[in-house]
Amino acid sequence: MQLNREQLLAAYRMMRTIREFEDRVHVEFSAGDIPGFVHLYAGEEASAVGVCMNLDHRDKIASTHRGHGHCIAKGVDVEGMMAEIFGRGSGTCGGKGGSMHIADLEKGMMGANGIVGGGPPLICGAALTAKTLKTGGVAVAFIGDGASNQGTTMESYNLAKAWMLPAIFVVEDNGYAESTSSSWSVSGSQLGRAAGFGIPAVQVDGLDFFAIHEAAREAVERARDGGGPSLIHAKLNRYHGHFEGDAQTYRGNGEIERLRAEHDPLTHFRKRVTEAGLLEGGQLDAIDAAAKSEIDAAVAKAKSAAMPPLAELLTDVYVRY
Amino acid sequence: MAKKSFRQAINEALAQEMRRDPRVVLMGEDVAGGQGAPGEDDAWGGPLGVTKGLMPEFGRERVLDTPITESGFVGAAIGAAATGLRPVAELMFVDFMGVCFDQIFNQAAKFRYMFGGKAVTPVVIRTMYGGGFRAASQHSQCLYPLFTHIPGLKVVIPSSPYDAKGLLIQAIRDDDPVMFFEHKMMYDDMDEVPDEPYTIPFGEANLTREGDDVTVVALGRMVKIANEAADALRKQGVGCTVIDPRTTSPMDTDSILESVEETGRLVVVDEAHPRCGMAADVSALVAQEAFRALKAPIRMVTPPHTPVPFSPALEDAYLPSAARVIEAVRATMA
Repeated sequence: MQLNREQLLAAYRMMRTIREFEDRVHVEFSAGDIPGFVHLYAGEEASAVGVCMNLDHRDKIASTHRGHGHCIAKGVDVEGMMAEIFGRGSGTCGGKGGSMHIADLEKGMMGANGIVGGGPPLICGAALTAKTLKTGGVAVAFIGDGASNQGTTMESYNLAKAWMLPAIFVVEDNGYAESTSSSWSVSGSQLGRAAGFGIPAVQVDGLDFFAIHEAAREAVERARDGGGPSLIHAKLNRYHGHFEGDAQTYRGNGEIERLRAEHDPLTHFRKRVTEAGLLEGGQLDAIDAAAKSEIDAAVAKAKSAAMPPLAELLTDVYVRY
Repeated sequence: MAKKSFRQAINEALAQEMRRDPRVVLMGEDVAGGQGAPGEDDAWGGPLGVTKGLMPEFGRERVLDTPITESGFVGAAIGAAATGLRPVAELMFVDFMGVCFDQIFNQAAKFRYMFGGKAVTPVVIRTMYGGGFRAASQHSQCLYPLFTHIPGLKVVIPSSPYDAKGLLIQAIRDDDPVMFFEHKMMYDDMDEVPDEPYTIPFGEANLTREGDDVTVVALGRMVKIANEAADALRKQGVGCTVIDPRTTSPMDTDSILESVEETGRLVVVDEAHPRCGMAADVSALVAQEAFRALKAPIRMVTPPHTPVPFSPALEDAYLPSAARVIEAVRATMA
């Protein structure tokens, strides 16, 4: 499917927003202003955006501990996210979730997740809701190569197929589960695993927004048509550590510099669309500048926002108790 | 009023709520049974026939057999609840929580808090618990203290068919995640159960016996044992108030404290393991809030701190009995 100019601009804007967001959180974390654990998505932008551009308001996603990119791609408010990461009362979750638990159910974003492999069963449930209530919606579980080894993930493949759910599993394989290489930790292959469950699957280059977008388009179409679950194995790269503060001594010499120089999904996208004459460099430069100002403003606003009132400690445990 | 079994009470509550609300769906291993098999449909209706007849009425779209995949389907029930259904999942034996606990305590229990009050997860997880079935260590535990420990979960332990129906309907209509415990030795208990739907609110204890001398707090099947002990003691001139909290989260602490203020003596009867269990929890509550009212040390009647044994001789020695409750009550009177 050909994307029109507006869609191409939107895709680039979302990817650039994620990159600016993550690289800026890296800086702010290093300065000591962000509490707790933070896991950054920079380098993997094409996956979240390529998939989520195929989704609409009916559709749900479940994310991972590395969830900021999925949130932004599903339309979660960037200022609210930044405030949440800074632990402020104005955050998306009122400062009670933090980086690992940003969720916005109204946007169909069912949460980043602190448990590796936590999302796939939930997505089976969201897909069951769509199927039972006939909403036409689909549900997408983003998982990493680490989560691909969890029992919950493989149980979910089986359940999604047995119930023929409109579910899509996107394995974002950035090569490392924490510090352990996926080339060592994943027996067999992601495609072989999907085949074992009778689930159609495709491997895509995570550098290539267009390849991911097309793979997701096919999977979403299959799900909406009652064709059951699909799996997408995206090979991609993360530019930062597993968590902020990770010294990354397990990486090869010069690996990250090389990835940033030669395997940048944004550079790849820019080259594709400008060489094909679909967009002009100036349009993309303007998006770059706008994204930077947007993130600057979000950080400034987050830093000046109030911490949650202490009474909030005791609220929201139950709907009614 | 018609007499119905605990099993019928549960079945009736499910059927009535499914008729009332199309968002209520059931799922679990063999809740209908026979899926994909050459023999009968609705072959089991759950391992003890509790959900029998629901699939023929509501169809396989609303009574979903699952593979043996507790993490998968319990998680799916939770995800479905967060997106608009009101699922009732059946975890066949609570002992199987070991393979799906993450979805319950890290996901369902925490969504609302972590997401700043914006999530609603109206899921009910029905599960069988308890000893006496000669089912041995991995199919006989109580484990409700583990769920009671987790903020965000509600925990319901009915002690009669009447309570089972009213509490289950309440659980299905409740907007929070609810763990619903059914004792596997109580399904054939009979009780007067109204035909029409009704609810029993959570956090309201039921006083099943009233007396002035000793307060006895008991849960689930232990309520029967406590009543039996209270009736025997009554004949010997000792009056017991038996309090069934019905739910351990929320828990009606006021009823317990008010009774202890009057009697000055407390015996707690619990089938769960003694350490960090409900007996210890209720004892700590009373020790902290009503210490000055106590005329004697609190007594806990629980199994020993061991797994549940298989041999009938050993299991009978393991489980609390009316005789042990009587002994404990007498000890507080000494």
